[in-house]
Amino acid sequence: PPTAEMLSNACAGCHGTHGGSAGPSMPSLASQSKTAIIEAMKKFKSGERPSTVMGRLAKGYSDADFEKMGDFFSKQKFHPTSQAVDPAKVKHGAELQEANCSRCHLDDGKEGKDDTPVMASQWLPYLNIQMQLYQSGARKMPEKMAEKVKPLSKQDLEALLHFYASVK
Amino acid sequence: ATQQAAGGGRKVVVIGGGYGGTIAAKYIRMMDKSIEVTLIERNDHYISCPFSNLYLGGILPDLSKLTIKYDKLAANHGIKVVQAEVTGVNAAERTVTTSKGVFNYDRLVVAPGVDFRTEEIKGYTAQTPEVAPHAWKAGPQTILLRKQLEAMKPGGTVVLSIPLAPFRCPPGPYERTSMIAMYLKQHKPGSKLIVLDANPDIVSKKGLFLKGWKKHYDGIIDYRPAKKVTEVSADGKSVLIEGIDEVKGDVINLIPPQRAGAIAVSAGLVGPDKNWCPVNPTTFESTIHKNIHVIGDACIAGAMPKSGYSANSEAKACANNIVNLMNGRAIVDFSGINTCYSFLSAKEAVEVTGVYLVDKEKNVIIAAPGSVGVSPDLSETEAIYAESWLNNILTEMSS
Ligand SMILES: Cc1cc2nc3c(=O)[nH]c(=O)nc-3n(C[C@H](O)[C@H](O)[C@H](O)COP(=O)(O)OP(=O)(O)OC[C@H]3O[C@@H](n4cnc5c(N)ncnc54)[C@H](O)[C@@H]3O)c2cc1C
Ligand code: HEC
Ligand code: HEC
Repeated sequence: PPTAEMLSNACAGCHGTHGGSAGPSMPSLASQSKTAIIEAMKKFKSGERPSTVMGRLAKGYSDADFEKMGDFFSKQKFHPTSQAVDPAKVKHGAELQEANCSRCHLDDGKEGKDDTPVMASQWLPYLNIQMQLYQSGARKMPEKMAEKVKPLSKQDLEALLHFYASVK
Repeated sequence: ATQQAAGGGRKVVVIGGGYGGTIAAKYIRMMDKSIEVTLIERNDHYISCPFSNLYLGGILPDLSKLTIKYDKLAANHGIKVVQAEVTGVNAAERTVTTSKGVFNYDRLVVAPGVDFRTEEIKGYTAQTPEVAPHAWKAGPQTILLRKQLEAMKPGGTVVLSIPLAPFRCPPGPYERTSMIAMYLKQHKPGSKLIVLDANPDIVSKKGLFLKGWKKHYDGIIDYRPAKKVTEVSADGKSVLIEGIDEVKGDVINLIPPQRAGAIAVSAGLVGPDKNWCPVNPTTFESTIHKNIHVIGDACIAGAMPKSGYSANSEAKACANNIVNLMNGRAIVDFSGINTCYSFLSAKEAVEVTGVYLVDKEKNVIIAAPGSVGVSPDLSETEAIYAESWLNNILTEMSS
């Protein structure tokens, strides 16, 4: 069977060398939580998580492959990005993060734990697309996350995503 | 001791600084700094074919976003980049002859892309591309084609001639059809695009292209399957189909049939079909000459299409196993990906994607069951991701 390196390097044409995406919309995988990657791949494969391309790609791999990819990308160096973000939104988002999202998106989104992905420095257009998918119901939100997200306004959520994108 | 056992020295030479060659050079160095890598490329920059159709469509103002240099790649990874024309390969002596002298290698990676089988088109001379551009290598040819489109009077006729498969980028000619049609619709009212396809049908993403053409370019595109162009006039304004039927155009984009880059042919790396290079599907080592690996468009990679993404993926697998071979380690099983995005309008794209592995009994690259497929529909989200794909893959190649 192919090694973790052989499997994962093939992903880098889209996600960037070692999973550090040059953007502006493909998500970085570098230093992502191992479980978050594995869970994402399984959900892409089953169709539970909506996608453009990942659903078909994931069908080409086994759970053992996902394990190796998760292991490989989680061990890569964090990939900080410099994105055009709105400072006012970043400030507002930082205020909201503490009370609403910090229980799961730890340390300003820098830490991914279990199936919760790292959010810091993630590309903003990607986060926007995913938030739209959550809100349309196409991507299923974890119940406890939905409880926090639902009461927030569109502006609040946008501010939170600007905040995550700005964290280095 | 293992290095001796593995067959000696630590020198790799890579021919061609395109989608395949840059990545092979970089990944060998990332995996083993003790291997000396020299990348030989004729130009001091590289212009990407992917997205060059968007320039023809008028979406991109110039080719700057598609252009990379080699300085950062060289500096970041300690790759020796030599700007020179490779003129010969001596497999027995393990040397490469170039316009800047002779280079020794322990292993050679050949990634020259394609050249054209112009001898199959009667009347095709060195001047033909100057009047009937192929624009199938991005750069001056692409700029010439756009200038011709700009200079054409409204109500004119453009002819696009597509060769028999296999050629570089199976969906490429149909993306080009879409982009030229878009340009005509916006800038040259009343104009027509006649597509002469030597193939019996649209080679890739057929349903999606037909849908996009109907949606956006109805009445502009006149697609004609099984029309093989066999002759071109000296002024490049007329072609003959099967030597009989004449088709005239104000602009003719004549894409000739293709084969592996000339250096692969002269090095004796092409197989019985005289066009493409047979390789071991796991190491990409030539089945004709030992210690020479062929990747990208030039090689026969089984079910993998000739695309930039395939070249990138093959290069990494090849690099990985060159490092294993040079260190006397076991060969690692192949795993690769292809994805090819195509634009149908300024904001809509589609892709075809697949995962690839080696069928060990047949010793060929096959698609992983269930993984190959195309987008369900034209998509603005895919267009957003496509732009980032280009940025990521060019960043991989240039840093
Ligand atoms: C219009 C168009 C659109 C495309 N769109 C896509 C797309 O969206 N996605 C995708 O994945 N693929 C796409 N492709 C296909 C892609 O461009 C090729 O598959 C890819 O470039 C192959 O990589 P390569 O390394 O084999 O060759 P190339 O990228 O062509 O690189 C070969 C290099 O070798 C150099 N060279 C050759 N001979 C010598 C010599 N003797 N001495 C020195 N240097 C030499 C050349 O100058 C060149 O730089 C498209 C192609 C076209 C034409
Ligand atoms: C052709 C481009 C492409 C390739 C190749 C690709 N990806 Fe993706 N990836 C995407 C896109 C686009 C998304 C966003 C989801 C979607 O629309 O498919 C994504 C999303 C993801 C996510 C979710 C990230 C998150 O934060 O939740 C993971 C994990 C992932 N990809 C892993 C991989 C792995 C592992 C491979 C290789 C086996 C791979 N990708 C190959 C384009 C690609
Ligand atoms: C109870 C835990 C929890 C809370 C609270 C929570 N999240 Fe999440 N979040 C998760 C998990 C788990 C995932 C991945 C789930 C999945 O597969 O869709 C996720 C994913 C996301 C993603 C997609 C990231 C990606 O890489 O695709 C976004 C965006 C997001 N959360 C935003 C928020 C915001 C904004 C808040 C607060 C308003 C919040 N979350 C609160 C657990 C939580």
